[in-house]
Amino acid sequence: MLYNEPSPLETRVLSRRFGLPDSASLGTYLATEGYQAFLKAARMKPDEIIEEVKASNLRGRGGAGFPAGMKWSFVPRSSPKPKYIVVNADESEPGTCKDRVLIENDPHQLIEGVLIAGLAVDAHAGYIYVRGEYRYLIEILEKAIAEAYAGGRLGKNIQGTGFDFDLYTHTGAGAYECGEESALLESLEGKRGIPRIRPPFPAVVGAFQRPTVLNNVETYCAVPAIILRGGAAFAALGVPRAGGTKMTCLTGNLNKPGVYELRMGFPVMKMIEEVGGGIRGGRKLKAMIPGGSSCPVLTAAECEGATMDYDSMSARKTMLGSGGVIVMDDQTCMVKAAARIIRFYAHESCGWCIPCREGATWLRKILVRFHAGGGTRADIGLIGDIARNMLGRTFCPLGDAAAMPTISIVEKFQEEFEDHLDGRPCPYEHAEHMVMA
Amino acid sequence: MTFSPQLEARFSKLLNSYPPGRQRAALIPMLMYAQDEIGSVTDELVDEVAGRLGITALQVHEALSYYSMLHRKPMGKYHVQICTNISCLLNDGDKLWEHACKKLGIGHKETTADGRISIEEVECIGACSWAPAIQVNYDFHHFVTPERLDEILDGLKDKP
Repeated sequence: MLYNEPSPLETRVLSRRFGLPDSASLGTYLATEGYQAFLKAARMKPDEIIEEVKASNLRGRGGAGFPAGMKWSFVPRSSPKPKYIVVNADESEPGTCKDRVLIENDPHQLIEGVLIAGLAVDAHAGYIYVRGEYRYLIEILEKAIAEAYAGGRLGKNIQGTGFDFDLYTHTGAGAYECGEESALLESLEGKRGIPRIRPPFPAVVGAFQRPTVLNNVETYCAVPAIILRGGAAFAALGVPRAGGTKMTCLTGNLNKPGVYELRMGFPVMKMIEEVGGGIRGGRKLKAMIPGGSSCPVLTAAECEGATMDYDSMSARKTMLGSGGVIVMDDQTCMVKAAARIIRFYAHESCGWCIPCREGATWLRKILVRFHAGGGTRADIGLIGDIARNMLGRTFCPLGDAAAMPTISIVEKFQEEFEDHLDGRPCPYEHAEHMVMA
Repeated sequence: MTFSPQLEARFSKLLNSYPPGRQRAALIPMLMYAQDEIGSVTDELVDEVAGRLGITALQVHEALSYYSMLHRKPMGKYHVQICTNISCLLNDGDKLWEHACKKLGIGHKETTADGRISIEEVECIGACSWAPAIQVNYDFHHFVTPERLDEILDGLKDKP
């Protein structure tokens, strides 16, 4: 089911079945070109599949934006070891709720994308790692997988192609860090979700120490359309270095928050004003985080002329990330926002790398104290100093994820920090709004 | 330990889901599904799962202490999880949390005296575009107002 009205400004490729009767069923999927891309891919050579995905300019949709075709090409196909396809459905980056919608409304599209990845790298088994909170999605996936087995779309000799593939769900149990690919693999193996040092990368040493393709739900979901319509057609929907569409989660102070499928390169202000219905209550835009709370924040002025793609965001020293757009209005206290964001990363740091574990916790203590009116002028410099010393000094990107939004907020909104000095009450909010643990 | 036939079926499916010799992979799912049935991860469950997977109880403890959804003590029959992370915060998720604490007279990870309702302030649950959001056990509720929260909580008092 859908939780928000679609927008006429969407370009519906991955979401084209949303809203159809029984959109999650095999019957609906088969009636709408379902599993045709698999048949087409089964007649292609593995290299041709990978070339098609490369031509699509599909980049990883979980946040890192790594070219998917390139990732697949790193798998040593000639290795005698079994190979695996792993789906990252551990969606937990604050601001992100798109994989939920993709699985809930069209699980067979994900299964077909996984099968095509299997054909491309000679894998015959796959795991869908689903965050523990998304239990109902496991039930939906289990039902779809059972239907696919019964309908000859999973199992032995799928659709007479001679290709075998088994697919399993695997529940997480509450840990943001398990969305990081190497920590996910540790968790999949029944251990604490702590990151692995790389290289070797999962393509070579992944699940169960075997070659593994690991992508986000949305990345796999794009694959059937790429194979059916051609990589070039998918690429043409986007901008030169980012093909296709992006499932974009509009969140925060908007009139029409929701998950919308927008072309890569969609103008940010048009997205906020027209797709998202503008800022609620007639207020003004103060700041926006483009791709989940780990991305550096953009000021309203920086949003002007920006587009939702990797290069435009990179030019503004932030990231497209996961597509979790967090919109903050002119009544938002940026000190409070920074404190809440760091509180999350301090809580979720797995503790393996000291700069992340200690740095995030230290920042949380300073920012919470600062917002409560206990900040000093020296703290302002200290916040940036601690955060900058976390960057690049950890096994996985969680340390950077904690540091980057913090640095951007303290640099771009320093005057708001100054407004909180000398025990002054938060100028942006009513008194009862200030309480925060 | 004896479990329901449904849980045993789930266990045997899990044990056949991973490559030979890698059954330890079933650990976290087994603990999650078992917790749903018996209420928490008890010492007895730890030993049982360790035995079935051929690992030590210590290895089970080491893993389970990492995951926020695995509880060593039972939560209420209805575990109400209120998100106050950034997208929910911007939509007054923090006020919902305070409202629930005040109404029930309990705090973070505490349970009402009758054992029916527990509350937890949780991190992002993946409902950011429909904030503020809460989960009651595994059920999502979106665009929750304090009034709606009252209805949900009142409805749990005599829900079977």
